Amino acid sequence: MPFRFGHMLGIEPLSAEEILFLLDQSKPFQEIQRHPLKKLATLRGKTVALAFFEPSTRTRISFATAAARLGADQMNLQAESSSLKKGESLLDTVRTLDAMKPDCIVMRHSSSGAPDFVARNLPLPVINAGDGTHEHPTQALLDALTIRDRRGTLEGLNVTILGDILHSRVARSNIHLLSKFGSRITLCGPAMWLPRELECLVPAGTAIRRVTRIDEALEDADVVMTLRVQQERLHEPALALDEYILQYQLTPERLRIAKPDALVMHPGPMVRGLEIDPAVADGPQSCVLEQVTNGLAVRMALLFLMIGADSSSERDSSHAAD
Amino acid sequence: MLLISNGRVLDPASGTDAPRDVLLDGDRIVAIAPHGHLASRAQGAEMFDAKNLIVAPGFIDLHCHLREPGGESSETIETGTRAAARGGFTAVCPMPNTRPVNDNASVTRSILERAAAVSPVRVWPIGAASIGSKGEALAEIAAMKQAGIVAVSDDGRPIATARLLRQVMEYCRALDLPVIDHCEDSSLFAGAVMREGKQSVRLGLSGMPAATESLAVARDVQVGELTSCRLHIAHLSARSSLELVRAAKAKGLPVTCEVTPHHFTLTDEDVQYDTRYKMNPPLASREDRDALIAGLADGSVDAIATDHAPHEPALKDVEFDRAPFGVTGFETAIGLGLELVHSGKLSLMRMVELFTSGPARVLGIERRIAENEPGDLTIFSTEHKWTFRAAESASKSRNSPFDGRDFRGAPMATIVAGRIAYQR
Repeated sequence: MPFRFGHMLGIEPLSAEEILFLLDQSKPFQEIQRHPLKKLATLRGKTVALAFFEPSTRTRISFATAAARLGADQMNLQAESSSLKKGESLLDTVRTLDAMKPDCIVMRHSSSGAPDFVARNLPLPVINAGDGTHEHPTQALLDALTIRDRRGTLEGLNVTILGDILHSRVARSNIHLLSKFGSRITLCGPAMWLPRELECLVPAGTAIRRVTRIDEALEDADVVMTLRVQQERLHEPALALDEYILQYQLTPERLRIAKPDALVMHPGPMVRGLEIDPAVADGPQSCVLEQVTNGLAVRMALLFLMIGADSSSERDSSHAAD
Repeated sequence: MLLISNGRVLDPASGTDAPRDVLLDGDRIVAIAPHGHLASRAQGAEMFDAKNLIVAPGFIDLHCHLREPGGESSETIETGTRAAARGGFTAVCPMPNTRPVNDNASVTRSILERAAAVSPVRVWPIGAASIGSKGEALAEIAAMKQAGIVAVSDDGRPIATARLLRQVMEYCRALDLPVIDHCEDSSLFAGAVMREGKQSVRLGLSGMPAATESLAVARDVQVGELTSCRLHIAHLSARSSLELVRAAKAKGLPVTCEVTPHHFTLTDEDVQYDTRYKMNPPLASREDRDALIAGLADGSVDAIATDHAPHEPALKDVEFDRAPFGVTGFETAIGLGLELVHSGKLSLMRMVELFTSGPARVLGIERRIAENEPGDLTIFSTEHKWTFRAAESASKSRNSPFDGRDFRGAPMATIVAGRIAYQR
């Protein structure tokens, strides 16, 4: 099926077929990561603008490496060096980037909806690399690729997500994605981070539940996703770190409640000894590094589909129409 | 002289709903009579044919922001009041959160002098309750009253503490001024930009629950009861707040409230990262919206007020969480009110009351069509079809969620002090 998105702003509007198409397209790029020579010329002459308005290490490097391995050039904007500090508006900043004629813009921003706002105002494909507490679509895609590789399917799995669900864009994108494949989703964490409205993110009839006791949340789990505990959030309202560790740290003992071959995933950056016990992070069930490698494949596939030869000719004509 | 002939006069204060001609002379209404009866008396008068139109008392907007002084890049007294006249308003009450704040008589006078020079409609300023609206010391309320304020408020924020509110109310009761409060207990949330609910969780935007407002309403009603001062709740948005107002009224307390057109029209489900849907209080749930409409119909709500809050594009064309709160409202208010009439949720007479005698009572004045009353009339069509285009607005700002909306019914003429201030 054709890929028909001008932008990649979130998982919510995608269909299951579109997601499977993206995962299938990622397959050959997974292969490339195993080659001794990893660089392709597919996007030679194309330029990817990386606009990170919020500090990021792994996602920025992953997108930059994905672009490099496809042969694309890059424009790099980072919060620390940006003119935003000098009072320039987001719109003026991205219009300036656009005037240097990139073929797409990959952006991260601390405001939910900022990529949506840019997409409405620029004639340029926008890829959301994480916006506020809204979505982080490529993270959910790489998670799905990892799960499908290990389990052979995304259908009908029991997936438990642990942590500050309310403030997590990773959780939101994964909830949207998994709900499209009939997974049973369990959200677990301190009650104030589990508002009832989270159940409304998914279509009516989706199996989704909120559980505050970790033992209950882990029963029969096929996949356990641990979220980073955003320490900046712990202060409002104040929750003692020790209290979180006591109640919600994923330990080897707790992991035994899940299915014996349950996958352990983490979007990073991971704080050992806080949300996850080091023995679990390094254990045989952990997919953490595999996730990172798959992130390259998913992002290469996405860049290829969005600004590769076929898609760009259409966009050039739409540029002309403007 | 100005003769408004052939119209259907709707006057909530007297219950009149009849075909009548209205004659104005100087700045007053001088006669009301069945069609044709005033012909001899009106010889030489300017004529306005109001055939198929409603002739109502002049509409009053209790709540707006004209931004002058200090915010002239978003609105001025001239542009704001021109937009008000186009919206059918004959009198508007600008809130004091200008720069400087309208917290003393010299600012009040400068606003009124500017209005006298450029405004096609009456400007009735609201003074600050505290100096700089900072919630510390009382503003120069008596001096501002002498200069012409009609109420006090620290709008944009609540009157800070219960103790200050009590002092303001004791003081204003003696001056016979109503106290208008922006009810918000912001200790219940941090940095919220919309109503808390399904949509805020979906969009990943920080939300404030309805109780943010009703907690403050409860405080105000109880402090008000200590003082017997008239209390008016600004831009009420939640069912829980309305229930408190109803209970206060049932008890006989002098508590009134207003609802904005955007709150009785839109809900939080309409919010999609478009900053034209960002205002404070934020758009509420569907249940709240329906409760507000019921309150407008049953008399629990006293007035429709626009909370016209212009912001220039440079301020609004930003990330949702960084944009200022506020939407424009003068030119779409009657059209939105008539949507409730056309859908059968509100009678036409009740809608007119919510724009005329309702807000007048909040200010302690009367508003009716009778001999020797001020010559302020709003003439509107219930049928005229038109489309609101923010780009063509008289306001300096464009931040309306109703840009492009089709309306049935529109203001056709705004008469202020016996003169046509605006004609469509």
